[in-house]
Amino acid sequence: MNIHEYQAKAVLKEFGAPVAEGIAIYSADEAEAAAKKLPGPLWVVKSQIHAGGRGKGKFKELGPDAKGGVRLAFSLEEVTAHAKDMLGNTLVTAQTGDAGKVVNRLYIEDGADIERELYLSILVDRTCGQVAFVVSTEGGMDIEAVAEETPEKIHNLPISPDTGVTDADAGKLCDWLELTGAAREDGMKLFPILYTAFVEKDMALLEVNPLIVMKDGHLRVLDAKVSFDGNALFRHDDIFALRDESEEDAKEIEASKYDLAYVALDGDIGCMVNGAGLAMATMDIIKLYGSEPANFLDVGGGATKEKVTAAFKIITSDPNVKGILVNIFGGIMRCDVIAEGVLAAVTEVGLQVPLVVRLEGTNVELGKKIISESGMNVIAADDLDDAAQKIVKAVKGGA
Amino acid sequence: MSILVNKDTKIIVQGLTGKTGTFHTEQALQYYGTKMVGGVHPKKGGSTWSSGVDASAELPIFASVGEAKEATGADASVIYVPPAGAGAAIIEAIDAEVPFIVCITEGIPVADMIKVKAKLEKSKSRLLGPNCPGILTPEECKIGIMPGSIFKKGSVGVVSRSGTLTYEAVFQTSNAGLGQTTAVGIGGDPVKGTEFIDILEMFLADDETKSIIMIGEIGGSAEEEAAQFLMDEAKKGRKKPMAGFIAGRTAPPGRTMGHAGAVISGGKGGAEDKIAAMEEAGIKVSPSPAKLGETLLEVLKG
Repeated sequence: MNIHEYQAKAVLKEFGAPVAEGIAIYSADEAEAAAKKLPGPLWVVKSQIHAGGRGKGKFKELGPDAKGGVRLAFSLEEVTAHAKDMLGNTLVTAQTGDAGKVVNRLYIEDGADIERELYLSILVDRTCGQVAFVVSTEGGMDIEAVAEETPEKIHNLPISPDTGVTDADAGKLCDWLELTGAAREDGMKLFPILYTAFVEKDMALLEVNPLIVMKDGHLRVLDAKVSFDGNALFRHDDIFALRDESEEDAKEIEASKYDLAYVALDGDIGCMVNGAGLAMATMDIIKLYGSEPANFLDVGGGATKEKVTAAFKIITSDPNVKGILVNIFGGIMRCDVIAEGVLAAVTEVGLQVPLVVRLEGTNVELGKKIISESGMNVIAADDLDDAAQKIVKAVKGGA
Repeated sequence: MSILVNKDTKIIVQGLTGKTGTFHTEQALQYYGTKMVGGVHPKKGGSTWSSGVDASAELPIFASVGEAKEATGADASVIYVPPAGAGAAIIEAIDAEVPFIVCITEGIPVADMIKVKAKLEKSKSRLLGPNCPGILTPEECKIGIMPGSIFKKGSVGVVSRSGTLTYEAVFQTSNAGLGQTTAVGIGGDPVKGTEFIDILEMFLADDETKSIIMIGEIGGSAEEEAAQFLMDEAKKGRKKPMAGFIAGRTAPPGRTMGHAGAVISGGKGGAEDKIAAMEEAGIKVSPSPAKLGETLLEVLKG
C-alpha cells in the first residue's frame, strides 16, 4: 500500500527524522492560511499523488509551458496562485501513464537552502533476506538512470536483523555519502531512526530522494516515498487509515475487499486463474496467441464460492472485456468451488461474452459436472493450450 | 531415489486442527499412506484429531512441536498456520530442531520472514516455502497441497516458484510418459527458506533424476543465479537435460503480480533477462506454459 508524501513525512517525524514543517490542503482557499503558519519567506507547493516525477510532470489542462507539479513560491500570493493552478487538474508524469492523475491534495512546505542532494532508500534485499540501505551521492535525480550510467556511485548495505544499524554501519553510510561535521552527526542519528521506522511500520520501501545537506550544514528529508507490506497491514491500523482510495483503480479496490489479487490491464480477455504464477502464465499464453489480457486475477488458494462470484463480477464489470478465460488447476483450490462460484455469478449478472473454462486437479470431475449440467453457454477446454486458443478465437471471431 | 522426502518420512502438522490443515492431511493420508504422525496445537495438546473421510484415521495432538517430535520421531513438519502466526510457527519448528520444515501459508509479513531467515541460517533445519505448494515424491510421500492424482513415478525433477505452474509441469510430464522423481515448489515470497540452487544441486546429485524442469517468474534474480550455478556445475561435468519456463513476460513493470516476490522493479527482474540467462545455461525455455512436457521431450530426443 502506498501513501502520500506528506503522510510519509508525518510517519518519519514520529520517529524523530528531520523533515520540514508543512501543511496539507484540499482547496486553494486554505493555501494562504497554511503558508502563514510556516516560517517563509520561501514555500514549496507540492502535488500529492501516488507517483514520482512530479516536479518534471505537466498538467494536462495547463499546456506545455506551465510549471510542473512541484513549485517554489516567494510570496503568499504566489502560494495561492499555484494552489489554484494545480488543484483539480491532471498531472502527467513519467510514472502516471498518459491518463495522469488528478491532484486533489497539495502539501505546502517550508523551503530549504540546499547545499547538496543525496539519495537514500531502504528496502528488502531478497538475495540475502535482510533489510538493506541503498545510498548515493547522486540525489535528486532518477536513481535508475544513475544505476545504469554510473553504477559505482550506488552503494548497498544489508543490515543484520540481530543488531540493527550499528555505529559501524552508520559510519559507512556517512562515508559513502561524504558527510562531514554537523551533517555526519545528523547522519549517525538519522540512519538508525529510518531503519527503526522501516522495521516497526513494516515498510516495503522507504525512499528519500533527495536527502539534502542544507546550507547550515544539517541534514533534512526533503522528499519521502513510502510503501507498506500489504501482508502486515493487519497489525498497523494507523497506517491502513492513511489509504487514499481515490488513487486506486475502482476494480482493484473492489477486489481487495475480497482479498483477491487483481491488477487491471489494457487488453480484452478477462482472466480468472488460481495461483499467481499460473495467472501470469495465462496472460502470457493469451498474448502468445495474439490477444491481450484485460487483467491479472489470482483467486488464491482458499477461495470460497462468494469470492469466486465476486471475482467474476469484477471481470465482467470491465467494459473492455470481450471474452473470459477461467483457468483453474486445483490443488488447495477445489474445482467444484470454482464451478459453483462461476455459476452463481452468471446466474446473477448474466453472460454477454464468450466464456472458456478449463478445469484440472482437485475435484475436477465434480467441477466439470456442475458446469455441464448448468446449461450455461460455456466453451469447455481440455488443457491450457486449448483454452487459450479457444478464447482468442472466440473473441477475434466475434469482432 | 527421490530428494528430501520418501516413504519413510514422518510428518507432523502445525495447524492440523484448522479446515485447511484437516483437508490436506486427509488427502496426504490417502496418498500412498504418507506417514502423517501427529499434529500441534498449543491449547489442544492431549486430544486426538480424526479424519472426516476415514474414521479409522486418527492422529495425536501435542501442545508443542518439541513434544510432538520427541513422541513421534518426526523428521518433517508441515505448517498450515494463518499468516499472523506462521512466522512464529516456523521458529518453533527451528527451535525444536525439526530437520525439514515446509510452510504452505501465504501472506506472511516479510519482516517476520527476515527474522526466520536469520534464525534458520544458524540452525540445522531446512525450510521449504513459505507460500509454496509443498513437495511430493510420487507413490511415496505428499507434504502440502499438490493434487496427488496428476503424478506418476518417473525420471523428471520439477522445481518451481509457482504452485499451480508446478502442477502444469507435473501433469504434462505425466502425460508425456516421463513421470517425476520429486516435485518441489519453493514458493513465491521474496524471502524464503530454499532457493532454486539448493534443489538443483539435489536433482543433479540424484541418480534417478534424468532430467529437470525449472519454472521461474518475474522478480528478483534467483533464476539468473541458478543459471550461473548450472553453468559452473556443467564445467565440472555435472549436467542434466533441462526445460524451463518464466511466467510474467507480459507483466507491466512496477506492479506486483499476486506473489509478493513477483514484481519488476528498477528495471530488474524482467522475464527476458531470465530467459536469456537460462538459455545460456543450456535450459530450453518454452514460450508457452502449455508446452513444458513437449519441450522436455524435444530436449531428451536431442
